[in-house]
Amino acid sequence: MKEYDVAADAVETIPITTSGDVVKARQAVRTLAQRTGLSLVNQTKLVTAASELGRNTLMYGGGGRARIAVVTQGGRTGVWARFEDEGPGIPDLDLALTDGWTSGSGMGLGLSGARRLVDDFELESAPGKGTTVSVVKWAR
Amino acid sequence: MTQGEGSAELLDLMESRRDEFVQGWVRSVSGTLRGRLSAAEVAQELGEIYNALLGALKQGGLAGRGDHFSEVRSLLIELSRNRARQGFTPTETALCVFSLKQVLEEALVASPDGARSYLQLARLLDDLGLFTVEEHAKTREEIISSQAEQLLELSTPVVKLWDGILGVPLVGTLDSARTQVVMEKLLQGLLDSNSTHAIIDITGVPAVDTQVAQHLLKTVVAARMMGAQCIISGIRPQIAQTIVALGIEFGDIATKATLAAALHDALAEIDEASSLRKEGLL
Amino acid sequence: MTDRVPVLKIGQILLVSIQTDLEDQMVLDLQEDLSQRIVDTNAQGVVIDITALEIVDSFVGRMLATIASISRVLGSETVVVGMRPAVAMTLVELGLSLPGVRTALTLERGMEQIKRLNQNPSAPR
Repeated sequence: MKEYDVAADAVETIPITTSGDVVKARQAVRTLAQRTGLSLVNQTKLVTAASELGRNTLMYGGGGRARIAVVTQGGRTGVWARFEDEGPGIPDLDLALTDGWTSGSGMGLGLSGARRLVDDFELESAPGKGTTVSVVKWAR
Repeated sequence: MTQGEGSAELLDLMESRRDEFVQGWVRSVSGTLRGRLSAAEVAQELGEIYNALLGALKQGGLAGRGDHFSEVRSLLIELSRNRARQGFTPTETALCVFSLKQVLEEALVASPDGARSYLQLARLLDDLGLFTVEEHAKTREEIISSQAEQLLELSTPVVKLWDGILGVPLVGTLDSARTQVVMEKLLQGLLDSNSTHAIIDITGVPAVDTQVAQHLLKTVVAARMMGAQCIISGIRPQIAQTIVALGIEFGDIATKATLAAALHDALAEIDEASSLRKEGLL
Repeated sequence: MTDRVPVLKIGQILLVSIQTDLEDQMVLDLQEDLSQRIVDTNAQGVVIDITALEIVDSFVGRMLATIASISRVLGSETVVVGMRPAVAMTLVELGLSLPGVRTALTLERGMEQIKRLNQNPSAPR
Protein backbone atom coordinates (compact mmCIF):
# COMPACT_ATOMS: atom_id res chain seq x y z
CA MET A 1 0.00 0.00 0.00
CA LYS A 2 2.93 2.32 0.59
CA GLU A 3 3.69 2.69 -3.10
CA TYR A 4 0.33 4.28 -3.90
CA ASP A 5 -1.55 7.31 -2.60
CA VAL A 6 -5.12 6.63 -1.60
CA ALA A 7 -7.33 9.17 -3.36
CA ALA A 8 -10.80 10.48 -2.64
CA ASP A 9 -12.13 8.28 0.15
CA ALA A 10 -10.60 5.77 2.50
CA VAL A 11 -10.18 2.06 1.98
CA GLU A 12 -13.41 0.07 1.85
CA THR A 13 -13.38 -3.35 3.54
CA ILE A 14 -15.71 -6.17 2.51
CA PRO A 15 -15.67 -9.40 4.53
CA ILE A 16 -15.65 -12.57 2.42
CA THR A 17 -17.29 -15.51 4.17
CA THR A 18 -19.91 -16.66 1.64
CA SER A 19 -20.13 -16.84 -2.14
CA GLY A 20 -22.63 -13.98 -1.93
CA ASP A 21 -19.82 -11.86 -0.46
CA VAL A 22 -17.67 -12.58 -3.51
CA VAL A 23 -20.46 -11.11 -5.65
CA LYS A 24 -20.65 -8.08 -3.31
CA ALA A 25 -16.90 -7.57 -3.48
CA ARG A 26 -16.80 -7.62 -7.28
CA GLN A 27 -19.79 -5.26 -7.48
CA ALA A 28 -17.98 -2.83 -5.17
CA VAL A 29 -14.90 -3.09 -7.39
CA ARG A 30 -17.04 -2.36 -10.44
CA THR A 31 -18.54 0.74 -8.80
CA LEU A 32 -15.05 2.10 -8.06
CA ALA A 33 -13.82 1.21 -11.55
CA GLN A 34 -16.70 3.08 -13.14
CA ARG A 35 -16.13 6.10 -10.90
CA THR A 36 -12.43 6.10 -11.75
CA GLY A 37 -13.16 6.17 -15.46
CA LEU A 38 -11.64 2.83 -16.45
CA SER A 39 -12.62 1.83 -20.01
CA LEU A 40 -15.33 -0.81 -20.29
CA VAL A 41 -12.81 -3.49 -21.25
CA ASN A 42 -10.53 -2.60 -18.34
CA GLN A 43 -13.47 -2.54 -15.94
CA THR A 44 -14.45 -6.01 -17.10
CA LYS A 45 -10.88 -7.30 -16.74
CA LEU A 46 -10.51 -5.91 -13.21
CA VAL A 47 -13.90 -7.17 -12.02
CA THR A 48 -13.16 -10.62 -13.47
CA ALA A 49 -9.79 -10.66 -11.68
CA ALA A 50 -11.55 -9.65 -8.44
CA SER A 51 -14.01 -12.48 -8.92
CA GLU A 52 -11.19 -15.03 -9.32
CA LEU A 53 -9.27 -13.71 -6.33
CA GLY A 54 -12.37 -13.44 -4.14
CA ARG A 55 -13.24 -17.04 -4.90
CA ASN A 56 -9.69 -18.11 -3.99
CA THR A 57 -9.98 -16.27 -0.67
CA LEU A 58 -13.20 -18.12 0.07
CA MET A 59 -12.35 -21.58 -1.26
CA TYR A 60 -8.66 -21.95 -0.47
CA GLY A 61 -8.22 -19.35 2.29
CA GLY A 62 -11.35 -20.35 4.18
CA GLY A 63 -12.65 -16.79 3.99
CA GLY A 64 -11.10 -13.42 4.63
CA ARG A 65 -11.68 -9.93 3.35
CA ALA A 66 -11.36 -7.67 0.34
CA ARG A 67 -10.00 -4.16 0.72
CA ILE A 68 -10.53 -1.77 -2.17
CA ALA A 69 -9.68 1.86 -2.86
CA VAL A 70 -9.05 4.42 -5.55
CA VAL A 71 -5.31 5.13 -5.71
CA THR A 72 -3.03 7.54 -7.53
CA GLN A 73 0.61 7.29 -8.51
CA GLY A 74 2.60 9.79 -10.53
CA GLY A 75 -0.43 11.50 -12.03
CA ARG A 76 -2.40 8.42 -12.96
CA THR A 77 -5.45 7.06 -11.16
CA GLY A 78 -6.43 3.45 -10.68
CA VAL A 79 -8.39 0.98 -8.64
CA TRP A 80 -6.55 -1.04 -6.03
CA ALA A 81 -7.90 -4.25 -4.51
CA ARG A 82 -6.37 -6.53 -1.91
CA PHE A 83 -7.67 -9.97 -0.97
CA GLU A 84 -6.49 -11.31 2.38
CA ASP A 85 -7.04 -14.56 4.22
CA GLU A 86 -5.53 -16.38 7.18
CA GLY A 87 -5.75 -19.77 5.46
CA PRO A 88 -3.10 -22.45 4.95
CA GLY A 89 -1.04 -20.26 2.57
CA ILE A 90 0.72 -21.27 -0.62
CA PRO A 91 3.93 -23.31 -0.29
CA ASP A 92 5.26 -22.68 -3.83
CA LEU A 93 4.36 -19.27 -5.26
CA ASP A 94 5.90 -19.88 -8.68
CA LEU A 95 3.97 -23.09 -9.08
CA ALA A 96 0.73 -21.42 -7.96
CA LEU A 97 1.17 -18.83 -10.71
CA THR A 98 1.53 -21.46 -13.42
CA ASP A 99 -1.37 -21.85 -15.86
CA GLY A 100 -3.33 -25.01 -15.23
CA TRP A 101 -1.91 -25.74 -11.80
CA THR A 102 -4.59 -26.13 -9.15
CA SER A 103 -4.71 -27.35 -5.58
CA GLY A 104 -8.47 -27.65 -5.63
CA SER A 105 -11.28 -28.22 -8.06
CA GLY A 106 -10.72 -25.12 -10.21
CA MET A 107 -9.22 -24.85 -13.68
CA GLY A 108 -6.01 -23.45 -12.32
CA LEU A 109 -6.51 -20.12 -14.06
CA GLY A 110 -7.46 -18.10 -10.97
CA LEU A 111 -4.11 -16.65 -9.93
CA SER A 112 -2.25 -16.77 -13.23
CA GLY A 113 -5.28 -15.51 -15.15
CA ALA A 114 -5.98 -12.70 -12.69
CA ARG A 115 -2.37 -11.59 -13.00
CA ARG A 116 -2.77 -11.20 -16.78
CA LEU A 117 -5.94 -9.13 -16.33
CA VAL A 118 -4.43 -6.40 -14.15
CA ASP A 119 -1.51 -3.94 -14.42
CA ASP A 120 0.11 -4.47 -11.00
CA PHE A 121 0.02 -7.79 -9.19
CA GLU A 122 1.59 -8.71 -5.87
CA LEU A 123 1.29 -12.07 -4.15
CA GLU A 124 2.44 -12.66 -0.58
CA SER A 125 2.00 -16.02 1.06
CA ALA A 126 3.75 -18.65 3.12
CA PRO A 127 2.57 -21.95 4.62
CA GLY A 128 0.54 -21.20 7.75
CA LYS A 129 0.76 -17.45 7.20
CA GLY A 130 -2.29 -16.89 5.01
CA THR A 131 -2.34 -15.32 1.57
CA THR A 132 -2.53 -11.70 0.40
CA VAL A 133 -2.96 -10.70 -3.22
CA SER A 134 -2.90 -7.01 -4.20
CA VAL A 135 -3.81 -5.81 -7.68
CA VAL A 136 -4.12 -2.44 -9.42
CA LYS A 137 -5.70 -1.53 -12.74
CA TRP A 138 -4.77 1.95 -13.99
CA ALA A 139 -7.05 4.19 -15.99
CA ARG A 140 -5.34 5.07 -19.29
CA MET B 1 20.13 32.02 0.49
CA THR B 2 20.10 35.21 2.55
CA GLN B 3 19.03 38.52 1.15
CA GLY B 4 22.15 40.66 1.00
CA GLU B 5 22.43 44.35 0.31
CA GLY B 6 22.98 43.62 -3.30
CA SER B 7 19.48 42.19 -3.55
CA ALA B 8 17.94 45.26 -1.94
CA GLU B 9 19.61 47.43 -4.50
CA LEU B 10 18.54 45.09 -7.27
CA LEU B 11 14.95 45.30 -6.09
CA ASP B 12 14.96 49.10 -6.05
CA LEU B 13 16.42 49.17 -9.49
CA MET B 14 13.95 46.64 -10.90
CA GLU B 15 11.02 48.46 -9.36
CA SER B 16 11.95 52.01 -10.33
CA ARG B 17 12.96 51.21 -13.89
CA ARG B 18 10.30 48.54 -14.48
CA ASP B 19 8.84 49.93 -17.70
CA GLU B 20 12.23 50.47 -19.23
CA PHE B 21 13.41 46.92 -18.43
CA VAL B 22 10.20 45.28 -19.62
CA GLN B 23 10.37 47.19 -22.87
CA GLY B 24 13.98 46.18 -23.37
CA TRP B 25 13.11 42.57 -22.57
CA VAL B 26 10.16 42.53 -24.98
CA ARG B 27 12.34 44.09 -27.67
CA SER B 28 15.05 41.46 -27.33
CA VAL B 29 12.55 38.56 -27.26
CA SER B 30 10.54 39.95 -30.19
CA GLY B 31 13.60 39.61 -32.40
CA THR B 32 13.37 35.80 -32.20
CA LEU B 33 9.65 35.42 -32.91
CA ARG B 34 9.70 35.27 -36.73
CA GLY B 35 6.02 36.17 -36.86
CA ARG B 36 4.79 33.29 -34.70
CA LEU B 37 3.53 35.64 -31.98
CA SER B 38 2.60 39.34 -31.95
CA ALA B 39 4.70 41.86 -30.02
CA ALA B 40 1.62 42.82 -27.98
CA GLU B 41 1.14 39.22 -26.82
CA VAL B 42 4.77 38.98 -25.82
CA ALA B 43 4.58 42.32 -23.98
CA GLN B 44 1.66 41.09 -21.93
CA GLU B 45 3.26 37.72 -21.20
CA LEU B 46 6.62 39.14 -20.16
CA GLY B 47 5.01 42.00 -18.20
CA GLU B 48 3.15 39.46 -16.06
CA ILE B 49 6.26 37.36 -15.53
CA TYR B 50 8.29 40.45 -14.60
CA ASN B 51 5.70 41.47 -11.99
CA ALA B 52 5.55 37.99 -10.53
CA LEU B 53 9.35 37.83 -10.42
CA LEU B 54 9.51 41.18 -8.66
CA GLY B 55 6.87 40.04 -6.18
CA ALA B 56 8.80 36.86 -5.44
CA LEU B 57 12.09 38.73 -4.98
CA LYS B 58 10.38 41.11 -2.54
CA GLN B 59 9.22 38.22 -0.43
CA GLY B 60 12.81 37.24 -0.24
CA GLY B 61 14.93 34.38 -1.41
CA LEU B 62 16.49 33.63 -4.73
CA ALA B 63 15.52 29.96 -4.81
CA GLY B 64 13.67 29.62 -8.11
CA ARG B 65 12.16 26.27 -7.05
CA GLY B 66 10.94 27.61 -3.69
CA ASP B 67 7.41 28.48 -2.59
CA HIS B 68 7.77 32.21 -3.23
CA PHE B 69 8.28 31.56 -6.90
CA SER B 70 5.21 29.40 -7.49
CA GLU B 71 3.42 32.16 -9.41
CA VAL B 72 6.51 32.79 -11.55
CA ARG B 73 6.75 29.07 -12.28
CA SER B 74 3.10 28.73 -13.23
CA LEU B 75 3.44 31.65 -15.66
CA LEU B 76 6.58 30.06 -17.11
CA ILE B 77 4.77 26.72 -17.48
CA GLU B 78 2.08 28.49 -19.51
CA LEU B 79 4.72 30.20 -21.62
CA SER B 80 6.63 26.96 -22.27
CA ARG B 81 3.49 25.06 -23.17
CA ASN B 82 2.38 27.72 -25.63
CA ARG B 83 5.84 27.95 -27.15
CA ALA B 84 6.09 24.17 -27.53
CA ARG B 85 2.71 24.02 -29.29
CA GLN B 86 3.65 26.91 -31.59
CA GLY B 87 6.78 25.06 -32.67
CA PHE B 88 9.45 27.07 -30.84
CA THR B 89 12.65 25.16 -30.08
CA PRO B 90 13.73 24.58 -26.45
CA THR B 91 16.59 27.07 -27.00
CA GLU B 92 14.24 29.78 -28.20
CA THR B 93 12.00 29.17 -25.22
CA ALA B 94 14.84 29.31 -22.71
CA LEU B 95 16.20 32.49 -24.37
CA CYS B 96 12.95 34.21 -23.41
CA VAL B 97 14.12 33.99 -19.82
CA PHE B 98 17.86 34.39 -20.41
CA SER B 99 17.43 37.61 -22.38
CA LEU B 100 16.28 39.39 -19.22
CA LYS B 101 19.87 39.01 -18.01
CA GLN B 102 21.19 41.06 -20.92
CA VAL B 103 18.66 43.79 -20.28
CA LEU B 104 19.62 44.08 -16.61
CA GLU B 105 23.32 43.60 -17.20
CA GLU B 106 24.01 47.16 -18.38
CA ALA B 107 22.06 48.77 -15.56
CA LEU B 108 23.59 46.61 -12.84
CA VAL B 109 27.21 46.54 -13.86
CA ALA B 110 27.26 50.34 -13.73
CA SER B 111 26.62 50.43 -9.94
CA PRO B 112 29.27 49.50 -7.31
CA ASP B 113 27.50 46.47 -5.81
CA GLY B 114 25.93 45.59 -9.10
CA ALA B 115 28.21 42.75 -10.10
CA ARG B 116 27.22 40.68 -7.08
CA SER B 117 23.51 41.34 -7.57
CA TYR B 118 23.90 40.51 -11.21
CA LEU B 119 25.48 37.16 -10.46
CA GLN B 120 22.74 36.29 -7.97
CA LEU B 121 20.06 37.23 -10.44
CA ALA B 122 21.84 35.37 -13.22
CA ARG B 123 21.85 32.21 -11.13
CA LEU B 124 18.11 32.57 -10.53
CA LEU B 125 17.35 33.22 -14.17
CA ASP B 126 19.50 30.29 -15.26
CA ASP B 127 17.47 28.05 -13.00
CA LEU B 128 14.17 29.42 -14.31
CA GLY B 129 15.45 29.08 -17.88
CA LEU B 130 16.18 25.41 -17.28
CA PHE B 131 12.73 25.07 -15.79
CA THR B 132 11.15 26.32 -19.03
CA VAL B 133 13.21 23.81 -20.99
CA GLU B 134 11.93 20.98 -18.76
CA GLU B 135 8.35 22.14 -19.23
CA HIS B 136 8.90 22.51 -22.95
CA ALA B 137 10.11 18.92 -23.14
CA LYS B 138 7.20 17.70 -21.03
CA THR B 139 4.69 19.36 -23.36
CA ARG B 140 6.40 17.90 -26.41
CA GLU B 141 6.16 14.44 -24.85
CA GLU B 142 2.45 14.94 -24.23
CA ILE B 143 1.96 16.02 -27.83
CA ILE B 144 3.84 12.97 -29.08
CA SER B 145 1.88 10.52 -26.96
CA SER B 146 -1.47 12.01 -27.94
CA GLN B 147 -0.43 11.84 -31.60
CA ALA B 148 0.55 8.21 -31.17
CA GLU B 149 -2.89 7.55 -29.76
CA GLN B 150 -4.58 9.30 -32.68
CA LEU B 151 -2.45 7.34 -35.10
CA LEU B 152 -3.54 4.13 -33.40
CA GLU B 153 -7.19 5.07 -33.96
CA LEU B 154 -6.58 6.16 -37.53
CA SER B 155 -4.62 3.13 -38.56
CA THR B 156 -7.20 0.52 -37.63
CA PRO B 157 -10.36 0.89 -39.69
CA VAL B 158 -13.07 -1.76 -39.63
CA VAL B 159 -14.99 -1.82 -42.92
CA LYS B 160 -18.09 -3.66 -44.03
CA LEU B 161 -17.20 -5.79 -47.08
CA TRP B 162 -20.56 -7.47 -47.56
CA ASP B 163 -23.75 -8.04 -45.66
CA GLY B 164 -22.50 -10.06 -42.69
CA ILE B 165 -18.79 -9.73 -43.51
CA LEU B 166 -16.40 -7.24 -41.92
CA GLY B 167 -12.90 -6.46 -43.14
CA VAL B 168 -9.96 -5.27 -41.05
CA PRO B 169 -7.00 -4.18 -43.19
CA LEU B 170 -4.00 -4.05 -40.88
CA VAL B 171 -1.10 -1.81 -41.85
CA GLY B 172 2.09 -1.54 -39.80
CA THR B 173 3.48 -3.35 -36.81
CA LEU B 174 1.15 -5.15 -34.42
CA ASP B 175 1.98 -4.65 -30.75
CA SER B 176 -0.19 -5.41 -27.77
CA ALA B 177 -1.61 -1.86 -27.48
CA ARG B 178 -2.57 -1.94 -31.15
CA THR B 179 -4.05 -5.44 -30.86
CA GLN B 180 -6.22 -4.23 -28.01
CA VAL B 181 -7.62 -1.44 -30.22
CA VAL B 182 -8.09 -3.72 -33.23
CA MET B 183 -9.80 -6.37 -31.12
CA GLU B 184 -12.12 -3.87 -29.45
CA LYS B 185 -13.11 -2.27 -32.76
CA LEU B 186 -13.58 -5.57 -34.55
CA LEU B 187 -15.68 -7.19 -31.81
CA GLN B 188 -17.89 -4.13 -31.39
CA GLY B 189 -18.21 -3.95 -35.18
CA LEU B 190 -19.39 -7.57 -35.35
CA LEU B 191 -22.10 -6.80 -32.83
CA ASP B 192 -23.16 -3.48 -34.39
CA SER B 193 -23.40 -4.84 -37.94
CA ASN B 194 -24.64 -8.30 -36.91
CA SER B 195 -21.82 -9.86 -38.95
CA THR B 196 -20.94 -13.52 -38.69
CA HIS B 197 -17.63 -13.26 -40.55
CA ALA B 198 -14.55 -11.10 -40.27
CA ILE B 199 -11.53 -11.02 -42.53
CA ILE B 200 -8.30 -9.72 -41.01
CA ASP B 201 -5.99 -8.77 -43.85
CA ILE B 202 -2.31 -8.61 -42.92
CA THR B 203 -0.90 -7.65 -46.33
CA GLY B 204 0.39 -4.42 -44.76
CA VAL B 205 1.98 -6.05 -41.72
CA PRO B 206 5.74 -6.06 -42.34
CA ALA B 207 6.65 -9.10 -40.26
CA VAL B 208 4.91 -11.88 -38.40
CA ASP B 209 6.70 -13.30 -35.39
CA THR B 210 5.46 -15.47 -32.55
CA GLN B 211 4.14 -12.47 -30.70
CA VAL B 212 2.19 -11.05 -33.62
CA ALA B 213 0.74 -14.49 -34.28
CA GLN B 214 -0.25 -14.68 -30.63
CA HIS B 215 -2.06 -11.34 -30.91
CA LEU B 216 -3.90 -12.44 -34.05
CA LEU B 217 -4.84 -15.70 -32.38
CA LYS B 218 -6.36 -13.90 -29.38
CA THR B 219 -8.48 -11.73 -31.66
CA VAL B 220 -9.74 -14.74 -33.59
CA VAL B 221 -10.56 -16.68 -30.41
CA ALA B 222 -12.42 -13.71 -28.89
CA ALA B 223 -14.48 -13.30 -32.09
CA ARG B 224 -15.25 -17.01 -32.10
CA MET B 225 -16.53 -16.88 -28.52
CA MET B 226 -18.93 -14.14 -29.62
CA GLY B 227 -20.15 -16.37 -32.43
CA ALA B 228 -18.26 -15.06 -35.46
CA GLN B 229 -15.69 -16.69 -37.75
CA CYS B 230 -12.42 -14.97 -38.61
CA ILE B 231 -10.28 -15.57 -41.67
CA ILE B 232 -6.75 -14.19 -41.82
CA SER B 233 -5.79 -13.14 -45.34
CA GLY B 234 -2.92 -11.42 -47.08
CA ILE B 235 -0.24 -13.87 -46.05
CA ARG B 236 2.64 -13.08 -48.39
CA PRO B 237 4.99 -15.91 -49.47
CA GLN B 238 7.89 -14.73 -47.29
CA ILE B 239 5.56 -14.42 -44.29
CA ALA B 240 4.27 -17.95 -44.91
CA GLN B 241 7.90 -19.11 -44.90
CA THR B 242 8.62 -17.35 -41.59
CA ILE B 243 5.50 -18.80 -40.04
CA VAL B 244 6.59 -22.30 -40.96
CA ALA B 245 10.23 -21.69 -40.05
CA LEU B 246 9.30 -20.35 -36.60
CA GLY B 247 6.91 -23.23 -36.10
CA ILE B 248 4.03 -20.87 -35.33
CA GLU B 249 0.78 -22.74 -34.76
CA PHE B 250 -2.29 -21.07 -36.16
CA GLY B 251 -4.37 -24.01 -34.98
CA ASP B 252 -7.70 -24.39 -36.72
CA ILE B 253 -7.79 -20.76 -37.81
CA ALA B 254 -8.58 -20.27 -41.47
CA THR B 255 -5.83 -18.51 -43.41
CA LYS B 256 -5.81 -17.42 -47.06
CA ALA B 257 -3.20 -15.94 -49.34
CA THR B 258 -5.40 -13.13 -50.63
CA LEU B 259 -8.31 -11.03 -49.44
CA ALA B 260 -10.24 -12.18 -52.54
CA ALA B 261 -9.87 -15.85 -51.57
CA ALA B 262 -10.97 -15.12 -48.01
CA LEU B 263 -14.00 -13.17 -49.22
CA HIS B 264 -14.87 -16.06 -51.54
CA ASP B 265 -14.88 -18.48 -48.60
CA ALA B 266 -16.87 -16.19 -46.32
CA LEU B 267 -19.47 -15.57 -49.03
CA ALA B 268 -19.83 -19.30 -49.65
CA GLU B 269 -20.57 -19.91 -45.97
CA ILE B 270 -23.05 -17.05 -45.79
CA ASP B 271 -24.71 -18.29 -49.00
CA GLU B 272 -25.14 -21.76 -47.56
CA ALA B 273 -26.85 -20.38 -44.47
CA SER B 274 -29.19 -18.17 -46.47
CA SER B 275 -30.14 -20.92 -48.94
CA LEU B 276 -31.03 -23.19 -46.03
CA ARG B 277 -33.18 -20.35 -44.75
CA LYS B 278 -34.91 -20.02 -48.15
CA GLU B 279 -35.67 -23.71 -48.32
CA GLY B 280 -37.48 -23.27 -45.05
CA LEU B 281 -35.12 -25.55 -43.24
CA LEU B 282 -34.40 -22.92 -40.63
CA MET C 1 -32.05 -20.11 -0.27
CA THR C 2 -30.34 -18.81 -3.38
CA ASP C 3 -32.34 -18.04 -6.52
CA ARG C 4 -32.34 -20.43 -9.44
CA VAL C 5 -31.92 -19.45 -13.06
CA PRO C 6 -35.14 -20.34 -14.95
CA VAL C 7 -34.97 -22.86 -17.81
CA LEU C 8 -37.61 -22.18 -20.48
CA LYS C 9 -38.79 -24.59 -23.16
CA ILE C 10 -39.58 -23.23 -26.63
CA GLY C 11 -40.60 -26.05 -28.98
CA GLN C 12 -37.75 -28.52 -28.91
CA ILE C 13 -35.25 -26.03 -27.54
CA LEU C 14 -34.39 -25.20 -23.93
CA LEU C 15 -33.65 -21.53 -23.35
CA VAL C 16 -31.67 -20.18 -20.42
CA SER C 17 -31.41 -16.42 -20.21
CA ILE C 18 -29.06 -15.39 -17.42
CA GLN C 19 -30.16 -12.01 -16.10
CA THR C 20 -28.36 -11.63 -12.79
CA ASP C 21 -24.85 -11.57 -11.43
CA LEU C 22 -24.30 -15.27 -10.73
CA GLU C 23 -23.30 -16.67 -7.38
CA ASP C 24 -21.30 -19.88 -7.58
CA GLN C 25 -24.14 -21.94 -6.12
CA MET C 26 -26.55 -20.68 -8.81
CA VAL C 27 -24.05 -21.79 -11.44
CA LEU C 28 -23.91 -25.30 -9.96
CA ASP C 29 -27.71 -25.46 -9.63
CA LEU C 30 -28.15 -24.42 -13.24
CA GLN C 31 -25.80 -27.15 -14.41
CA GLU C 32 -27.88 -29.72 -12.52
CA ASP C 33 -31.28 -28.33 -13.58
CA LEU C 34 -30.29 -28.26 -17.24
CA SER C 35 -29.04 -31.85 -17.32
CA GLN C 36 -32.31 -32.96 -15.77
CA ARG C 37 -34.45 -30.91 -18.17
CA ILE C 38 -32.58 -32.17 -21.25
CA VAL C 39 -33.42 -35.74 -20.26
CA ASP C 40 -37.00 -34.94 -19.21
CA THR C 41 -37.90 -32.98 -22.34
CA ASN C 42 -35.73 -34.82 -24.86
CA ALA C 43 -34.67 -31.38 -26.12
CA GLN C 44 -32.91 -30.93 -29.45
CA GLY C 45 -30.72 -28.24 -28.08
CA VAL C 46 -29.95 -25.70 -25.40
CA VAL C 47 -29.46 -21.97 -25.95
CA ILE C 48 -27.76 -20.06 -23.14
CA ASP C 49 -28.17 -16.31 -23.51
CA ILE C 50 -25.44 -14.38 -21.67
CA THR C 51 -26.18 -10.94 -23.19
CA ALA C 52 -26.83 -9.51 -19.73
CA LEU C 53 -23.68 -10.93 -18.14
CA GLU C 54 -21.12 -8.23 -17.41
CA ILE C 55 -18.43 -10.70 -16.49
CA VAL C 56 -17.68 -14.35 -17.15
CA ASP C 57 -14.95 -15.68 -14.89
CA SER C 58 -13.26 -19.07 -14.99
CA PHE C 59 -16.01 -20.61 -12.85
CA VAL C 60 -18.83 -19.57 -15.18
CA GLY C 61 -16.64 -20.34 -18.19
CA ARG C 62 -16.11 -23.86 -16.88
CA MET C 63 -19.86 -24.24 -16.33
CA LEU C 64 -20.54 -23.30 -19.97
CA ALA C 65 -18.00 -25.85 -21.19
CA THR C 66 -19.37 -28.54 -18.84
CA ILE C 67 -22.99 -27.95 -19.90
CA ALA C 68 -21.93 -28.18 -23.57
CA SER C 69 -20.23 -31.52 -22.90
CA ILE C 70 -23.10 -32.90 -20.81
CA SER C 71 -25.69 -31.95 -23.41
CA ARG C 72 -23.59 -33.56 -26.14
CA VAL C 73 -23.48 -36.80 -24.15
CA LEU C 74 -27.26 -36.59 -23.81
CA GLY C 75 -27.63 -36.17 -27.58
CA SER C 76 -28.38 -32.47 -27.80
CA GLU C 77 -26.34 -29.37 -28.65
CA THR C 78 -25.63 -26.23 -26.63
CA VAL C 79 -25.13 -22.79 -28.16
CA VAL C 80 -23.96 -19.84 -26.06
CA VAL C 81 -25.24 -16.54 -27.44
CA GLY C 82 -24.72 -12.83 -26.83
CA MET C 83 -21.25 -12.71 -25.30
CA ARG C 84 -20.21 -9.07 -24.96
CA PRO C 85 -16.98 -7.90 -26.65
CA ALA C 86 -15.41 -6.87 -23.32
CA VAL C 87 -16.26 -10.28 -21.86
CA ALA C 88 -14.72 -12.10 -24.85
CA MET C 89 -11.52 -10.05 -24.60
CA THR C 90 -11.30 -10.73 -20.88
CA LEU C 91 -11.81 -14.48 -21.29
CA VAL C 92 -9.03 -14.64 -23.88
CA GLU C 93 -6.66 -12.81 -21.55
CA LEU C 94 -7.72 -15.05 -18.66
CA GLY C 95 -6.67 -18.03 -20.78
CA LEU C 96 -10.08 -19.50 -21.57
CA SER C 97 -11.17 -20.14 -25.15
CA LEU C 98 -14.20 -22.44 -24.63
CA PRO C 99 -13.04 -24.78 -27.41
CA GLY C 100 -15.95 -27.23 -27.20
CA VAL C 101 -18.68 -24.63 -26.98
CA ARG C 102 -20.79 -23.53 -29.95
CA THR C 103 -21.45 -19.80 -30.05
CA ALA C 104 -23.67 -17.34 -31.91
CA LEU C 105 -23.93 -13.55 -32.00
CA THR C 106 -27.61 -13.33 -31.17
CA LEU C 107 -30.41 -15.43 -29.69
CA GLU C 108 -32.05 -15.66 -33.12
CA ARG C 109 -28.89 -16.98 -34.76
CA GLY C 110 -28.40 -19.41 -31.89
CA MET C 111 -31.85 -20.92 -32.38
CA GLU C 112 -31.16 -21.15 -36.15
CA GLN C 113 -27.90 -22.93 -35.47
CA ILE C 114 -29.62 -25.61 -33.39
CA LYS C 115 -32.22 -26.17 -36.09
CA ARG C 116 -29.49 -26.42 -38.68
CA LEU C 117 -27.54 -28.91 -36.58
CA ASN C 118 -30.60 -31.11 -36.34
CA GLN C 119 -31.01 -31.02 -40.13
CA ASN C 120 -27.39 -31.85 -40.68
CA PRO C 121 -25.83 -33.45 -37.60
CA SER C 122 -22.35 -33.61 -39.11
CA ALA C 123 -22.12 -29.84 -39.63
CA PRO C 124 -18.84 -28.37 -38.41
CA ARG C 125 -18.88 -26.07 -35.46
